[in-house]
Amino acid sequence: MEFEPRIIAFFCNWCTYTGADLAGVSRLKSPANIRVIRTMCSGRVDPTFILKAFELGADGILIGGCHPGDCHYSEGNYKALRRVHLLRKMLQSFGIDEKRLRLEWISASEGDVYQHVATEFTAQIRSLGPLNWKQRFEQKEPKEQLIAV
Amino acid sequence: MITLKIDGIEVQVPEETTVLKAAEKVGVWIPTMCHNDLFEPYAVCRLCSVEVVRGKRSRVVTACNYPVSEGIEVLTDSENIRWIRKFLMELILSRWPNVKVVKEMAEKLNVGKPRYESLEKDEAEDACILCGQCVNVCREVVQANVIGFSYRGIKREVVLPLGEQSDKCIVCGACALVCPTGHIKMVIEDYKGKKPEFTLGPKTSIYVPTMQGIPRVPVIDAESCIHFKTGGCEVCAKVCEPHAVNYDMKDEIVEIDVGQILLSTGYDIFDASKMTQFGYGRLNDVYSSLEFEMMLSSMGPTSGKVLTKDGKEPRSIGIVHCVGSRDTNHHPYCSRVCCMYALKFAHLVCDRTDAEIYQFYIDMRAFGKGYEEFYVRILDEGVKVIRGKVAEVSEVTSSGEYKNQLIIRCEDTLAGKILEVPVDMVILCNAIEPRKDIDAVRRLFSISKSPDGFFLERHPKLDPTSTMSDGIYIAGCAQGPKDIPDTVAQASSAAARILSYISKGEVEIDPVRAWIDDKYCAGCRICNNLCPYTAIDFIEEKKISQINDVLCKGCGTCVAACPASAITGKGFSDAQIVAELEGLLAI
Amino acid sequence: MAKPKLALYWAASCGGCEVAVLDIEVKILDVAAFFDIIFWPCATDFKYKDVEAMPDKSITLCLFNGSIRNSENEKLAKLLRAKSVVLVAFGSCAHEGCIPALANLTTKEEIFKTVYLDTVSTYNPEKRFPQPITKIKEGEIEIPVFYERVKALDQVVDVDYYIPGCPPQSTQVAAVIEAVIDILQNGKPLPPKGTILGAGDKTCCDECPRTREEKKIKHFYRPHEIFADPNKCLLDQGIICLGPATRSGCGALCVKANVPCRGCYGAPPNVHDQGAKMMSAISSVIDAQDPAEIDKIIQEIVDPVGTFYRFSLAHSTLKGANL
Repeated sequence: MEFEPRIIAFFCNWCTYTGADLAGVSRLKSPANIRVIRTMCSGRVDPTFILKAFELGADGILIGGCHPGDCHYSEGNYKALRRVHLLRKMLQSFGIDEKRLRLEWISASEGDVYQHVATEFTAQIRSLGPLNWKQRFEQKEPKEQLIAV
Repeated sequence: MITLKIDGIEVQVPEETTVLKAAEKVGVWIPTMCHNDLFEPYAVCRLCSVEVVRGKRSRVVTACNYPVSEGIEVLTDSENIRWIRKFLMELILSRWPNVKVVKEMAEKLNVGKPRYESLEKDEAEDACILCGQCVNVCREVVQANVIGFSYRGIKREVVLPLGEQSDKCIVCGACALVCPTGHIKMVIEDYKGKKPEFTLGPKTSIYVPTMQGIPRVPVIDAESCIHFKTGGCEVCAKVCEPHAVNYDMKDEIVEIDVGQILLSTGYDIFDASKMTQFGYGRLNDVYSSLEFEMMLSSMGPTSGKVLTKDGKEPRSIGIVHCVGSRDTNHHPYCSRVCCMYALKFAHLVCDRTDAEIYQFYIDMRAFGKGYEEFYVRILDEGVKVIRGKVAEVSEVTSSGEYKNQLIIRCEDTLAGKILEVPVDMVILCNAIEPRKDIDAVRRLFSISKSPDGFFLERHPKLDPTSTMSDGIYIAGCAQGPKDIPDTVAQASSAAARILSYISKGEVEIDPVRAWIDDKYCAGCRICNNLCPYTAIDFIEEKKISQINDVLCKGCGTCVAACPASAITGKGFSDAQIVAELEGLLAI
Repeated sequence: MAKPKLALYWAASCGGCEVAVLDIEVKILDVAAFFDIIFWPCATDFKYKDVEAMPDKSITLCLFNGSIRNSENEKLAKLLRAKSVVLVAFGSCAHEGCIPALANLTTKEEIFKTVYLDTVSTYNPEKRFPQPITKIKEGEIEIPVFYERVKALDQVVDVDYYIPGCPPQSTQVAAVIEAVIDILQNGKPLPPKGTILGAGDKTCCDECPRTREEKKIKHFYRPHEIFADPNKCLLDQGIICLGPATRSGCGALCVKANVPCRGCYGAPPNVHDQGAKMMSAISSVIDAQDPAEIDKIIQEIVDPVGTFYRFSLAHSTLKGANL
């Protein structure tokens, strides 16, 4: 069976969530792989959630916020931006490809942009393959053989 | 007060009054050709000469600049004066025999053919008669000082400094206005005026912006007002009896505390010069809809007459629909109002001229109450409607029947023919588009825009007047193209919403709020700076932070940032979001 | 009445926790008087088989320090769990992995390669690695299996209580022991299972005497790069201090010595991932909006995982790297 990426999306209530909604209302087809969690602001997205999502089996995570300068709460999106930047740096140490975490600015009117990002990101995650964190992690648990270099 | 007699009539006038003004008061006419109340008496034509008798002494003076004094008797029609006037008039007439004001004055003074022949005879009808009014108005009223006299005696003439156009001249036209002979003319090369919004702008520097405006008071256009250019003039202040003219008024920035705001910031019209095929801005007599609307206005530059640039009544007019709207190259949406105002234009033009009218449309959208009936009425008035998008407007340059006319080329999609329609005037129905500063405005109010660029409403069907920001409402074309009835309906709805809040006296706020649990907050102050609403205060005594419930808008930034997880976001708590994650990733 | 039995064990850890127990000074005499110490390999000579011979639940209290690195650690954890009424994860290693768990960021292969091949002082031309079973003339010798990952105690067995800290503060250890003696002597009810003993509910900031301001960070400094003002919040000065995301209880020992908190007391009560929370907080207060500038500032945080997860990696959401 072909690998279907499981992508968790955190969308801000005012821009990207509405934009994704618009894509739906406009009948723009976008991949069903994106599983959306609505937050009031992209600034609400705690890195804890992102790591938790990876742990629980997400293959990719998309955060959507308002364009810089457009944040409903002035600058919550900048906080999301900073967290994502630091988190990306950390993901490398955890052995997770930083491409699995994506931050996009999608406004309420950009249903087409949502469609484009969702499609492209799903394709990207598909090509990266499953992350499958838990299973992979557990596979490495004690095996009785030892290495001989 | 001073008492004197003029031609036997006793009159009382204030000191410093001139004899000319005193005579005016009792209705005695004294001829003059150089006097103007706008400036100081100049006494150059000498026609106002009168005889002043004081006791036994008598002398001839110019009435325009001779101040009255107690007990004098003024004779304006004595034999001596009549002789002087005749002599002066003959001199003037002999030099400028064909100037209308000179001839009229000579007639009034019963002066026939002059007895002399002038060495500098000027037979032009609009000759300069050296009255000096232009020089004086420029010096004293406008205070630009760019016109003066040169040479003396019969060589005297009115000149510009060094005989050249001066950049000190503000082109106010005051000299042309006071010139009695028409020697000075304002050459109006282009009446496209000052306001960028309406290229057909106001005609004067002091004008009433819109006759429907409230309050309906005139304003001064500081860009063109003489006073604001030279510091002079102030004629309007002198003539305004209630002394309502105030040059010191400044733009003021007023801060008003309000609880709710209705944004009805309107629209801009599509710049038709982007569609070069229509020749807007390049060809004469191609107008935008707003320019034509100005032309139709009785307050407009043509006083409501439909005229081409060369001042003639057009024989035929083409009205082009959907300029920039319903066009994927520009705006895909329909501007909604154009079909109906285009029909209104046709109706008014029919009413005022005998021009043939052609409407070029894609679809005729007469969607409102009574609109279809109006459309039928226009058809009955003989307006020609052609279904087809105009390809091009061009100018006929060759000679012949259509010389200098415009040609509209289009396909009549109903007849299946390519048409070339000669017209004298083209009116473009420009698309309604969002205002240029809409992004700055919407960011100010934290609201979004829809794909077409207009303000985004909370819900397109169920909540079309409110926005995602509490207390911010939208109405009219700021939200999307709409006509007057729709705008009134939307604005009324918004006003009702606003009133309902005011009458309720309290506001319900969204329960999505953050709160800090004292038990876990250690006052690290990470969150303090994150709140855009300054809802988080640090309590020095307790060494913990607290959230003001009313100021908090529930964005959750502090919740995500709190390193102790002492802040809980109601409605979006960590536990709720993790539960969502678990649910979403369960399969 | 027989004395309550006390066991102490040292799994994968540095031994500092053992010292911390002795650090309670004269109170150690109370411990010796009140308890019957039946297993403490570090201090006295006991054999595993002695413990194996005990009936289940015969040990009243077991203080287990160290993380689970190899099969011996796991075996003893399971053994002591079975024999003890109350099993306490003592110290950061047992609590949440601590420094040994940072090994989870690399692989067993890498560790072996470094330890048995690459280090300068190693001479191993045959490239031999330890084998669990080695046959020799006399028979077989067995050494513990080195696990792929380091785990905290509660990831292997059921744990009743935790005493955090690297090592736990001796005053806290003394207080806990006193409380235990009190409970056992006077028949008081035990605290709910899973309780973290010897620590507070707030964060380290609560015990920190420094003055704190609103935070805006333009530069991060490592402790040796700056003379820190002893009266101002270290984070305000750009030094990464994990105090805001670390449970109180140590008395802000490090910050009082002008050294930033490194987070050994673990996550405060509501935090599930100490490192993620701290990095969220830190990145929130970075004073930049331009992505390039943000990156530049973030580059000043050397080894973010090692910084934010220094003690809690085994217990964190991801638990280690997936390599």
